[in-house]
Amino acid sequence: MNLIRWQTPTVTQWPTFDRLSDLRDEIDRLFEAPLAGLLRTQNLLSGWTPAIDVFEGKDAFTVKAELPGMKKEDIDVSLHDGMLSISGERKAESKHEDAEVYRSERYVGRFQRTVALPAPVAADKVNAQYKDGVLTIALPKTEEAKPKHIDVSVN
Amino acid sequence: MKTTVQKEPTRNVEREVADFVAPVVNIFEVKDGYVLEAEMPGVNKDGLEITLEGNEITITGHRNRETPEGEAIFRERHAADYRRVFELDPAVDTARISAKVNQGVLTLTLPKSEQVKPRKIAVLD
Repeated sequence: MNLIRWQTPTVTQWPTFDRLSDLRDEIDRLFEAPLAGLLRTQNLLSGWTPAIDVFEGKDAFTVKAELPGMKKEDIDVSLHDGMLSISGERKAESKHEDAEVYRSERYVGRFQRTVALPAPVAADKVNAQYKDGVLTIALPKTEEAKPKHIDVSVN
Repeated sequence: MKTTVQKEPTRNVEREVADFVAPVVNIFEVKDGYVLEAEMPGVNKDGLEITLEGNEITITGHRNRETPEGEAIFRERHAADYRRVFELDPAVDTARISAKVNQGVLTLTLPKSEQVKPRKIAVLD
């Protein structure tokens, strides 16, 4: 099983993460290949954690996930109780089986990410698109969740 | 005493430090060359730039920066473009390097030149 870190959707940035990856880049440059794989903390902790962006518009949420080199059929998107789940599996390509591997940094295997949406969405109107290795999910809010404008009349 | 302090004119050289992230890659050596796969989600054919200088190949991927409507409430994706430089095996025939991109994965095919390819020599009787 894959444990997923719970993240409040209100957090905009994860500063430590950036710093950590900066440091990683720095160390990568010093040691180059052999240690680079080990220092990929993200992979060590939880396998493949595709990066996700969540945008909140007036009428809809947009979720973007980086899933390079997948097949459309291998991506699974589900919505349950206001939790959006993206999961899937990237299979190892067998075409280079007899080849000598110089570098193998790309992650192969299962992943799952779950995002709690801060407002209810209309499940039947959710639309997902996969293009250039980026999955874009549009989730329109339910009528009740949309901001309403009420005119105030003053006598 | 007169001291003239001659100041070195401080050069205001702004180093052009463009912010790039290195894409993760797989590199294989196959019978007749090398295959390099680089993950660059968000980059399509038009955003790719591959340059060859001497025996160094630079791959640069410019992201398609369309931001959806609204305010970002959660952000993990890097905004910087991708760049990584590789030193090529001198055996690579640089004239025949080919590249394609599919769902954010760039595949570079780097064939070896004919002279260095392993060749079978028939033994005559």
